[in-house]
Amino acid sequence: MSTATGNGDKRLETAEDAGQYLTFQLGREEYAVDILRVQEIKGWERATRIPHAPDYVLGVINLRGAIVPIIELRKRFRLESTEFGPTTVVIVVKVMSPRGERTVGMVVDAVCEVYNVAHANVKPPPEVGSSVDTAFVKGLATVENKMLILLDIDRLINSSMLDGVDAAA
Amino acid sequence: MSLDLEMEEIHKIFFEESFEGLDVMESRLLNLDVNADRETINSIFRAAHSIKGGAATFGFMEVSNFTHGVETLLDEMRNGTRPVTPDAIQLLLQSVDGLREMVKAVQAKQPIDTQRIAVLSDEIAQLLARHPGRPAPVAAPAAAATTAVTTAVPAPVPVVDPAPAFLQGGPGWVIDFRPHRDMLRTNNEPLRMFAELARLGALNVVAETDEVPSLESLQADECYLRWRLELAGAVEKRTVEEVFDWVDANCTIAYQYHAGGAEASAATPTPVVVAPPPVAEAAPVATAPAPAPVPVPEAAATAGAAPGPKATGGDAGSIRVSTTKVDHLINLVGELVITQSMLSRFADGCSPAELEKLREGLTQLTRNTRELQESVMQIRMLPISFAFNRFPRLVHDLSRKLGKKVELKLSGEGTELDKTVLEKISDPLVHLVRNALDHGLEKPEVRIAAGKPETGTIELAAFHEGGNIIIEVKDDGGGLHKAKILARARERGLVAADAELSDDQIHNLIFAAGFSTADSISDVSGRGVGMDVVRRNIQDLGGVVQIASHEGRGSTIRIRLPLTLAILDGQLVRVGADTYVISLVAIVETIQAQKDRLNAVPGSAELFRLRDEYIPVVRLYEMFGVEPDSRAVEDGLLVVVEAEGRRFGVLVDDLLAQQQVVIKTLETNYRQVAGVAGATILGDGTVALIIDVPGLVQVFNDSFAGRSPLAA
Repeated sequence: MSTATGNGDKRLETAEDAGQYLTFQLGREEYAVDILRVQEIKGWERATRIPHAPDYVLGVINLRGAIVPIIELRKRFRLESTEFGPTTVVIVVKVMSPRGERTVGMVVDAVCEVYNVAHANVKPPPEVGSSVDTAFVKGLATVENKMLILLDIDRLINSSMLDGVDAAA
Repeated sequence: MSLDLEMEEIHKIFFEESFEGLDVMESRLLNLDVNADRETINSIFRAAHSIKGGAATFGFMEVSNFTHGVETLLDEMRNGTRPVTPDAIQLLLQSVDGLREMVKAVQAKQPIDTQRIAVLSDEIAQLLARHPGRPAPVAAPAAAATTAVTTAVPAPVPVVDPAPAFLQGGPGWVIDFRPHRDMLRTNNEPLRMFAELARLGALNVVAETDEVPSLESLQADECYLRWRLELAGAVEKRTVEEVFDWVDANCTIAYQYHAGGAEASAATPTPVVVAPPPVAEAAPVATAPAPAPVPVPEAAATAGAAPGPKATGGDAGSIRVSTTKVDHLINLVGELVITQSMLSRFADGCSPAELEKLREGLTQLTRNTRELQESVMQIRMLPISFAFNRFPRLVHDLSRKLGKKVELKLSGEGTELDKTVLEKISDPLVHLVRNALDHGLEKPEVRIAAGKPETGTIELAAFHEGGNIIIEVKDDGGGLHKAKILARARERGLVAADAELSDDQIHNLIFAAGFSTADSISDVSGRGVGMDVVRRNIQDLGGVVQIASHEGRGSTIRIRLPLTLAILDGQLVRVGADTYVISLVAIVETIQAQKDRLNAVPGSAELFRLRDEYIPVVRLYEMFGVEPDSRAVEDGLLVVVEAEGRRFGVLVDDLLAQQQVVIKTLETNYRQVAGVAGATILGDGTVALIIDVPGLVQVFNDSFAGRSPLAA
């Protein structure tokens, strides 16, 4: 378990026109989330299941007294599910919802790097070509000859929580 | 903190104090019905005055202008120049309502309902005009203020001064303003006051500097100046006085009016010395400029103390703390409780040598945490009088409107319950009391014909019973008409035509959505939107509502509520690998189920014969979609719960411990889940879901959609 903010990477420079992104592996692709939204990264632990929840909501865990839901991102993106391995981690993010801030954990295959991505290098998402619903993609960026998929974490999480939809009704 | 934020904070205090002041006004006005003593009127006046002053200071002119009329009316009553009539009281009560709406609108930064205010203002103006004995602007306040001339600090006020040249023979005021040395330290800015005066008319300011000491002995924050202010124009004395409202306690002021022309000296009234009331510190807002020396304005006391001498004590020495701070503290203590139970479990696996000492320490920790938790919970507790206080007014207004005679009896106002519970129980209680008045109590002539006293009684009582709070609304009216209810329910298809219902089941029908037996819809009640909402609100609080009624003798509605929303006495149950918590309040008993007592009804719920009753069986694993140890009824346990006045058997695999659990909401980070009231953290750090029994029954019933459970 490590904290994302404590990264001592020398390549990183803070600039007005750039943002820092934490990237993680999911299947063959590398996704990126705004590092300011990442609260912590922790190991996977069993969650308490919630009735009437979508299959990608694994349940809720106790995060120092707070009840935090856990989403399996592979299932959310309709990717093939794999066994959780030693690199499997939960990235705990804070998202803005119409009802206020909420804390949610995302299960991913592995965390990779922290990159500085200049806003100028972010291209709009293509209409096709990614396994992810483009609604959740903020843009694409190329860093060190790799393509990163920048996620719109607010939209992704809020749509996953089915706000206002009562599954049981 | 930025200036804006600071202002926001100050506004917040103003709003809070205004609402408290309005509550005081309301309850005292209701008391005026009985005895119109001077002190009561005085306290109403002071509350109005504080609101006016505060509103003017913050620039809420509509509020301040409207309150001015109210204050004038009260002032005349206080001086005895106007009799206290029921009509005037009614008008004042309406004005209090109007003011409350206005302050609410200002607080929400929304437009004020100016039309309503204009109508009220008109009525007040008319009432004021009707009375011939309206005092001249100066003479009456002077009379009132004479009592205050007690310890006037050096007040060399000349009785008659020639009109100063500045006024040029026209009417005007000469004000001798002598601030005390410490006035500047109370954040009162003379310049601002002069600017305000200048808006009233041409102003000439002469500063007297003879008291200014030499530079060595001068204290920068003391006020050595005195001013002579000459204000041209026929301004009302009250308006001039208002400017100095806030510095009343910190200065000596003499007002002198020159009517102008030849009669100037003859018409000059006696100058008025406004002496500082004996209040040590003049915090703005808190110190209403009280003409009679009263130690502390009542408006500063909390609203709970409002209804006269029988008010609950303990308001003294209270502090205003934001609820978020308290909630944070409560959360921390909740964590402590969890940690403590975690440690207790750990002790079970310890070596015998250290065990004794560890156990000892843990016992002490357990006791301390429990005590700490209880006292922290206590912070959130408020007496139920906060909710009860609105009823005298409500009953007063409503009985007038309905032409019924009612006596309202309150008891147990000192019973304390959680602030959140208190806030959420108020509306349901209002519904119940309105219902009792409208539907329950009969008209005086009907009562006399039935051999009952002409005046009906409504009793509101609160008390503790076995870890719960009980609130009862009791009337001695006509009671529920069983035949009428049953007929209406059959008409609406809520009950099958041939169904036999017990009295209790019939009574419970009034909680069905849209149910009403009122012959006509009034604006008081009868739309049938009330009772189902009442029940839902009470259930949301983890409470239970019961009804008992005797035709011709009246009804009693009994609400059972948990003491707090933060902690629940729970029964832990297990289904497969999952642990759930069921509130002990909802559980009637737990039994081993026998297969031969189970009847499967095709397309409907399975029924279990419990003694002479058939209860539907709710298979929890089916409801929550989890894998149980066994699907056979005889392998599990039936937890018999009560919801909506009926019993249900909840099938679980096993019963675990009973324990107090700290309730946490799922909604903060996830959303509401049907059948789940929240979650809690168990001693081992894992999360367990708390079952919402009425919600679960709802889900269960919905799974047999289209069939009424009562018809089953």
